[in-house]
Amino acid sequence: MDGEELTEQETALYDRQIRVWGADAQRRLSKSHILVCGMKGTVAEFCKNIVLAGVGSLTLVDDRVATDEALFSSNFLIPPDENVYRGKTLAELCCDSLKDFNPMVRVSVEKGDVSGFDGEFFNKYDVVVVSCCSLATKKSVNEKCRKLSKHIAFYTVDCRDSSGEIFVDLQDHIYSKKNLEETAECKLQYPSFEEAISVPWRALPRRVSKLYFAMRVIEKFEAEGCHPGDVSIADLPGVLKLKKELCEANEVIKAISGKGDPLKNFFFFDAVDGKGIIEDISVSNPKSGS
Amino acid sequence: MASQNQLFSIKGAKVLMVGAGGIGCELLKTLALSGFQDIHIIDMDTIEVSNLNRQFLFRKSHVGQSKAKVARDAVLKFRPHISITPYHANVKDPDFNVDFFKQFNVVLNGLDNLDARRHVNRLCLAAEVPLVESGTTGFLGQVTVHVKGRTECYECQPKPAPKTYPVCTITSTPSKFVHCIVWAKDLLFTKLFGDKNQENDLNVRSTDATSSSEHVEDVFERRKDEDIEQYGRRIYDHVFGYNIEEALSNEETWKNRNRPKPIYSRDFLHDEIAQQNGNVDKDCAAGDPSSVSAMASLGMKNPQDIWCLKENSRIFMEAFKLFFMKREKEIGNLTFDKDDQLAVEFVTAAANIRATSFGIPLHSLFEAKGIAGNIVHAVATTNAIIAGLIVIEAIKVLQNDTNNYRMTYCLEHPTRKMLLMPVEPFEANKSCYVCSESPLTLEINTHRAKLRDFVEKIVKAKLGMYFPLIMYGAALLYEVGDDLDEAMVANYAANLEKVLSELPSPVTSGTTVTVEDLKQELTCNINIKHREEFDEEKEPDGMLLSGWTQASSVEKDDNKSNGNGGSTSNASQAVPVEAEDNVEMDVLSGKKRRLSEISGQDLSSVTDETKNHEKLEVVDDDDDLVMLDDDPGLNKRKRIQ
Repeated sequence: MDGEELTEQETALYDRQIRVWGADAQRRLSKSHILVCGMKGTVAEFCKNIVLAGVGSLTLVDDRVATDEALFSSNFLIPPDENVYRGKTLAELCCDSLKDFNPMVRVSVEKGDVSGFDGEFFNKYDVVVVSCCSLATKKSVNEKCRKLSKHIAFYTVDCRDSSGEIFVDLQDHIYSKKNLEETAECKLQYPSFEEAISVPWRALPRRVSKLYFAMRVIEKFEAEGCHPGDVSIADLPGVLKLKKELCEANEVIKAISGKGDPLKNFFFFDAVDGKGIIEDISVSNPKSGS
Repeated sequence: MASQNQLFSIKGAKVLMVGAGGIGCELLKTLALSGFQDIHIIDMDTIEVSNLNRQFLFRKSHVGQSKAKVARDAVLKFRPHISITPYHANVKDPDFNVDFFKQFNVVLNGLDNLDARRHVNRLCLAAEVPLVESGTTGFLGQVTVHVKGRTECYECQPKPAPKTYPVCTITSTPSKFVHCIVWAKDLLFTKLFGDKNQENDLNVRSTDATSSSEHVEDVFERRKDEDIEQYGRRIYDHVFGYNIEEALSNEETWKNRNRPKPIYSRDFLHDEIAQQNGNVDKDCAAGDPSSVSAMASLGMKNPQDIWCLKENSRIFMEAFKLFFMKREKEIGNLTFDKDDQLAVEFVTAAANIRATSFGIPLHSLFEAKGIAGNIVHAVATTNAIIAGLIVIEAIKVLQNDTNNYRMTYCLEHPTRKMLLMPVEPFEANKSCYVCSESPLTLEINTHRAKLRDFVEKIVKAKLGMYFPLIMYGAALLYEVGDDLDEAMVANYAANLEKVLSELPSPVTSGTTVTVEDLKQELTCNINIKHREEFDEEKEPDGMLLSGWTQASSVEKDDNKSNGNGGSTSNASQAVPVEAEDNVEMDVLSGKKRRLSEISGQDLSSVTDETKNHEKLEVVDDDDDLVMLDDDPGLNKRKRIQ
């Protein structure tokens, strides 16, 4: 990795972002493989940004067939033209559009249900992002990723109404941080999804965003019968875009490049008050936060 | 949350976007997906390759085409039934007048320069249309809302003016790499390849009050029958060798500074001649002038490499030669362009050689290009976040949801756990000359400063009025316009050359001059105060405008009054930082009061020095969580210390 240079094409295209995160980070990005499950409107934003950033490859999983335009009305990757979308899955449709954004990124589709994939499957990727899935699925995918010797960065994303939540699990993460003139090496330990949500609420710091609790309640509700994602009415696209962009792509880039403080471990956005808050919810530091 | 009310307002709204670049692409997409149906968009630029990493509505095949038009076509693909009207034009064009702005419910800016932002701000105030402003740089960004009568206007908090450097720092005592870049770009490059008639400080030395101009001209002109190689080396030796020796001869200058080392071409290039000639011949065969590159011809591939002195010298000579051999026609007319590979190579090499001389760390071409070209680093994600925030504010504006307007800052590192920080807007600054039309004071030497100086340095540069009308009492001193008759034009031309106290209606201490810009519908009264002396270093313009707090931007030079001889010294070399607004600058404040506290007590505000986000009063509306202990302190707004 150290000996390889960016091509002239890459340098010209990525000039502006290289000035943000450096050539080394750009090189690492170009070798990374991302898996995304659940092609909702919000995830589409993430995909756009990560493809523009120049990752090595992006694989999409979503077997839902595009029948009803309502399914993807907030997904700008899918043209509202029946001749185009009829018969295809959401993943296929998004894949076609995404390839266009950056010919240097390999975008492909994987068929199947994310809960059915095994550890060997996930081992092909450096980053796994799941959305529109049940609590049980989030837990199981996270566990499978953690069992592998390779450190896979795991993210879940959910949007409800005007709020959004992101969960991050980087396991044992080592990264570099620039402090004025020096660069320090830092280490963070992330709890698994299961561990994080099993922290008794009583033990959490006082000012934890109420959204955390709201999300957990919704999850429980969904587990008891509803289809994930249907709980609330029209998601305002503005909000979705917002939350998506912020955490996802920036965070994934930080995780891959190993530079800069990554988010630990929950992020919430609430359009009502306009705040974007990070909460650290883990067993080891019950009094942390604030 | 997408209430019926909101959807209704959105559907019926007519929105103007200014800028179809980084923020613009994201914004147009978000507006379309949010249900907006009538969007107008102005952008004068065409698409470049370096845009494609984030301006995702554009493809490689679109390079060269109008941003506004291509953006519109791309969005219509996924929202075919909405109306998007593109304008491939400059927002400062007279067509976009107050009446034009009046037709919109809200204006959304996605601009990249201060000038245009000020212009739009003034038009929005005149048209009484709310403005949502924004800016991004790398991972930082902010969105601010400006509604006439309710909040600050964009100019209430003075924005940092472009950074300037004292002339002697550039010509004699550089201490930072950027000084070397300015020297290489604005002096050397311009002298060799640009307009020869332009005044140039290249040989103005701090010691030498008598600049022997004939001598100077000789040096830079190519002599008759002079070989290109010889010419290049002669220039090299002159600027890096002779000029340094000359400067060293003045002991005063170097008392407290490191002495520079003169550098001569013979030390580095004597064995290169034969090799280079070979390469140059090969290049003669190739045809395309735009792909001419010194790096390519010398086989140096990596723009991230930091070249040693020898390599820089080779690049300097090669670039020099290539300009004269391959781009001869352009010489005399060239201006530095960051996308001109050869120009960037030349400037990088020259700056690096000078830096070597002065013991300043060298930089790669990539870095030098960023500095010389004032490149703003940018990523798609920050723009996308900001676009989302803009739409959220726009919807509030459409709903007249005034209590919920927020200025939102997107931070790189969380502050009190927040990556997105909303702040309540402030009320208008009563001493803002733009929205409160309060008068300014100008200290100036009325016997020495000419009207022309006043127009250039104050009216245009500081006040941003490019079509001014200047009056004293009932007398019209100067105006710009198409419909002026010859006599008036001649009269104004004559006035420009007169010193203020000798104008037909003399402008002396105690008088008030009125400046108007009809396009921006802005009037400004300036009280004149005569002052004899001005500090050459701190007030190089010889004038001081006050009345509203101006963020300090002139770099202080340690030079002890070495001046530049002559009282009509040129203005400092400007290195305009055309970056999108720096988040921290926006947070600086003078005295201001919160919107919601106007009727209540007067909470004193933050001092100028504070850039600390912690001290900002953040809107903190969280209810207590039911299960946790009640803490009454939580709900109280934090006061600014």
